[in-house]
Amino acid sequence: MDLDARYLLCPMPVIRVSAAIAHVAAGDTLTVRCTDPGALHDIPAWCRLEGHEVVETRTEPSGDIMIVIRAGGRK
Amino acid sequence: MENDKRKAIVLLSGGLDSLLAARLMLDQGIHVEGINFFTGFCVEGHTHAVRRDRKDRVVRNNALHSAEQLGIRLHIVDVMDDYKDVVLNPRHGYGAHLNPCLDCKAFMIGQARSWIEQHGFDFIVTGEVLGQRPMSQRRDTFPVVARESGALDRLLRPLSAWLLPPTLPEREGWVDRERLLGLSGRNRKPQIALARAYGFEYAQPSGGCCFLTDENYAHKLKDLWASRGERRYDFDDIMLLKIGRHLRPHPSFKLIIGREEGENRFLEGYRHRFTHLWALEHKGPLALLQGDVDEAGLDLACAITARFGQGRCEARVRVAVSEPGGTVGERDVAPLPAHALATDWYL
Repeated sequence: MDLDARYLLCPMPVIRVSAAIAHVAAGDTLTVRCTDPGALHDIPAWCRLEGHEVVETRTEPSGDIMIVIRAGGRK
Repeated sequence: MENDKRKAIVLLSGGLDSLLAARLMLDQGIHVEGINFFTGFCVEGHTHAVRRDRKDRVVRNNALHSAEQLGIRLHIVDVMDDYKDVVLNPRHGYGAHLNPCLDCKAFMIGQARSWIEQHGFDFIVTGEVLGQRPMSQRRDTFPVVARESGALDRLLRPLSAWLLPPTLPEREGWVDRERLLGLSGRNRKPQIALARAYGFEYAQPSGGCCFLTDENYAHKLKDLWASRGERRYDFDDIMLLKIGRHLRPHPSFKLIIGREEGENRFLEGYRHRFTHLWALEHKGPLALLQGDVDEAGLDLACAITARFGQGRCEARVRVAVSEPGGTVGERDVAPLPAHALATDWYL
């Protein structure tokens, strides 16, 4: 599943991730595209608290930040 | 055993007091989770992080950092729509600027009350300290918040508990009142000492956590309402008030001008909604135009945009004008001279 969280400031990307990942089966991934550099800190922090795993973060040539999350079992 | 524990939700702001209040509950074996409400006006390092020239600022969400230190879950709840009524119609009025602190506190604790009812939690905890804030943390307003939120005696303020009547969690023995605290006033030395003892990192207590307490922000919000002839706002309005220079050179329109690359990039996200301007042959800002302009007004907007770019000393600068629908035109203008940039245009 993909989530477009571009141009959203903290904590909206986390709120959107929280809502979206509820629809992702455990073990499947959610790919988030965002522009707020703080998301590089916050989304992994939130994932640690909720038992999800960040499997990849990268910055695209456009400057967009991509974060790939593998959903844990807790909803 | 976990299932036998009493459950508390802590309003976790990211500041020191709520961090300590949560820790006091954990120390008593309470199951604690955090809740943090997004009103749209929250001040976070991210607002500054948009600016790429401010890399020294901490860019983490402080409430999340608190939750990580405590090892508890954090529920970040978007209350922006419901919060509008608090901002627009505060029953208890505003503080120094547009901050409806007492109504805000009652609203948030009311939201927490609904949350604990839905999730089977027993009580609500805040980091409020008696006498610390002029509106919402007074002996006469604590009961107002408890009553108007509907939380009543399920609202525990552990940092000032000894100075307040016992609440349900104390009377029922869910928490030991003797192991709570009797802090009051604005002196934060006891909290800082406790934080040191626990080894906590915390956001420095300064500047408040809400843009509505900020004089400059409140001025821009009032200008927005005045320009519309009515007091209303949406999500994008209040986000944009946090970003860029805001200039109103004419009653009918204003410009939001990026101050550096990060802000320009953020403003790019609004190109589909607003006419936007940028210099074609010189480095410079992206400017969003809000409102209505005639030909003279558009020339002025272009001249201002050119003024803030690297072509400011040139005789003429070509400025692109793009409509929200995608139509792009261009104008050849003389950058506005510095002396013509009226100080009262700045919001």
